[in-house]
Amino acid sequence: MSATVFAVLRRDLLLALRQRGDIANTVLFFFVVVAMVPLAVGPEPKTLRLIAPGMVWVAALLAAILSLPRLFAHDHADGTLEQLLLTGEPLVVIVLAKCAAHWLATGLPITLLAAVFGVVFDLGTDVTRVLVATLLLGTPALSLLGAVGASLTLGLRGGGVLVALLVLPLYVPALIFGAGAVDAVAGGLSAQGHLLVLGALSLGASVLAPWAIAAALRISLE
Amino acid sequence: MTATATSDSLSIFRFASPPEFYRLAGWLAPWFAVLAALLAAIGLYLGFFVAPTDAQQGDVYRVIFIHVPAAWMAMFLYLVMAFWAGVGLVFNTRLSSLLAHAIAPTGALMAALALWTGAFWGRPTWGTYWVWDARLTSTLILLFLYLGYLALVAAIDEPRRADRASAVLALVGAVNVPIIYFSVKWWNTLHQGSSIGPGSGQMARSMLAAMLVMVFAVWMYCIAVILIRVRAVILERERTAGWAQAVATAAS
Repeated sequence: MSATVFAVLRRDLLLALRQRGDIANTVLFFFVVVAMVPLAVGPEPKTLRLIAPGMVWVAALLAAILSLPRLFAHDHADGTLEQLLLTGEPLVVIVLAKCAAHWLATGLPITLLAAVFGVVFDLGTDVTRVLVATLLLGTPALSLLGAVGASLTLGLRGGGVLVALLVLPLYVPALIFGAGAVDAVAGGLSAQGHLLVLGALSLGASVLAPWAIAAALRISLE
Repeated sequence: MTATATSDSLSIFRFASPPEFYRLAGWLAPWFAVLAALLAAIGLYLGFFVAPTDAQQGDVYRVIFIHVPAAWMAMFLYLVMAFWAGVGLVFNTRLSSLLAHAIAPTGALMAALALWTGAFWGRPTWGTYWVWDARLTSTLILLFLYLGYLALVAAIDEPRRADRASAVLALVGAVNVPIIYFSVKWWNTLHQGSSIGPGSGQMARSMLAAMLVMVFAVWMYCIAVILIRVRAVILERERTAGWAQAVATAAS
């Protein structure tokens, strides 16, 4: 079983490395969206410091949604996905490995880039550290829940917008606790509770979501 | 002998067949509609003529007799929808999926009604149509979940795939509804303390009675409308079947 995990993980990461542009575009999109906000609300540092965690998190959600088609659409188009379903290896494990690869290719770069925003918006070391920690703990849940939407809308017309509509309401808890943790630290409180819940969301999603994704893939491909 | 015994013990599953349920729903719907009308008449009478004027909010509070039933039904119907969608997914019964499809628009309507009446209630009492209160926000997200479900059903051309894909979505949503509800609650209490919302004081007994009667009235209304809609959904799905064409020609 671990051989399956490593094989799928290695393949997806290799593909991601070969198509570096895709990852770069997601990260660039994240950067550009956050950079748009000061232009909209004005350059006042105090205001920006106040809203920075929220807008970084919203931008992370949007970037996660935009990166979802990478997850299954290419494999669906060239028939790889059907081969994966036919391998006889548990589909839940394959799906989990694919989500892990997706997170390593998109969630992790976004998390690392968030540290830059800590500097740009003058958040201070402590707040920046928590911002990065929330994204590190929360983005796995974004990949997993997003994969549910991606597998349900596989091969549909207008799939991109539909995925956003299906998945964004499911992202609400991660958004609340992610941005909330940063707010708490900025306000002088402990972020421990938020971070624990965020970790729990990701762990819970990694247990439950693969079953839903596997079921959805079987439905989409039958 | 065994054949009749089996069919007797399974007689209730007879209604899992679309034509049978089409007839059953047609027979049941008027009864539920009548029940809804009667209960609404009693509830509205109690609400408008028996229940006293609220000491703090005046007569504005009377919107509660629509607002609370709609909000409760919005949450309840999501679970009912997820239940029937799940039954359809597990037992592969077409009718269960059709029932789930028929429930979704009514659920969305109830969520929208709860938000709408809430806005009209909020304006005179809170001074604003909308606040980012925990309950308002979670009802809004519930509405988004309903709309996502409807959008997914509409986007898939192949009916059986639509049934099963939307069932997975409904089940994922049902698992998430409590998580969303409590995280939104925590988010709000962290930010602005307790809300100025209603329910902080004790309710007069006649107000409560009127509200509960209205809850049952709205419940019966939902059942009646869902049964009528499921008839339409069944006919649409079975349009190539002989019995459905016979029904359609008889009606036209």
